[in-house]
Amino acid sequence: MSSIEVGGRSYETDEEGYLLNLSEWNAEVADYIAKTENIDMSDQHWEVVNFLREYFEEYQIAPAVRVLTKSIGKKLGAEKGNSEYLYGLFPYGPGKQACKIAGLPKPTGCV
Amino acid sequence: MLHIVNKSPLTSNTLDSCLSTATGGDILLIEDAVYAATRGNAVEAKLRAATGQFRVHVLLPDLDARGMGDRLIEGVLPVDYAGFVDLVASNKTCQSWL
Amino acid sequence: MSEIKKFMFVNRKAPYGTIYALESLEVVLITAAFDQDVSLMFLDDGVYQLKKGQQTKGIETKNFSPAYRALEDYDVEKLYVEKESMQARGLTEEDLLVSVTVLSRAEMGALMDEQDVVLSY
Repeated sequence: MSSIEVGGRSYETDEEGYLLNLSEWNAEVADYIAKTENIDMSDQHWEVVNFLREYFEEYQIAPAVRVLTKSIGKKLGAEKGNSEYLYGLFPYGPGKQACKIAGLPKPTGCV
Repeated sequence: MLHIVNKSPLTSNTLDSCLSTATGGDILLIEDAVYAATRGNAVEAKLRAATGQFRVHVLLPDLDARGMGDRLIEGVLPVDYAGFVDLVASNKTCQSWL
Repeated sequence: MSEIKKFMFVNRKAPYGTIYALESLEVVLITAAFDQDVSLMFLDDGVYQLKKGQQTKGIETKNFSPAYRALEDYDVEKLYVEKESMQARGLTEEDLLVSVTVLSRAEMGALMDEQDVVLSY
């Protein structure tokens, strides 16, 4: 078990840095995790992160990248629902990195 | 005494074993056995009959988890975890029909 | 990608009492990522997996039932529920949280015969 320190508070994570307790997530922790991934959070990043949080809230799963891409396209438009756009924001994989920043578990099937 | 059943009555015969062995007292349905206490299931009549001979209890958190909280058969007594403990404490012996 | 195969998941267990239902769902979600022809069959106590209104706070277990509604996003759209199993449990299609195709036991058996891969849970 590992943990991260943000704003004087400690948050438990798994060995890869994913938050263990989803309910502890907040914007400050998101920013912190983003920095460890070398990502500077813009409005576009937040849009994807918030989308993931809503998706998880509704279905209790972190969507696979293919599903995320398709669903983003449906909700936010085709110019955002494609790999180029999403990998541009999250170079090491929108599933992996954006889920981590959103405080969600790693997508099922993502190795 | 207290008899505890935790298997679905439609895929296991443990409820039958329990009902044919027990002579009276308390029966507690937990985990997948809670389906026995829901209206419309195939063993409903058997369970209704059992409520005449036994005090039949069902663990409410398990019933709610399965989306069955609104179809509990009348005469079956819902208990929470504290009630579960009380049943165990107030009976001298307890048989779990695993 | 090699040829598409027909995968069928046969779900026969109630949720929460054992781990089978959750394990099956996770494998379904993984398999769906590989563009295969996936169908899900629910019979015997497996039909309970799709019951609406599951509230698991009291047993401190994750409620995974909302994920069945996400299957459509994964292009898993073939959900079959066995008629007699539903009837024996006092359930109707309105009690289920996703739309399904209701089949008889004989039709289920025929469907099983058509598969390339059958996964049993």
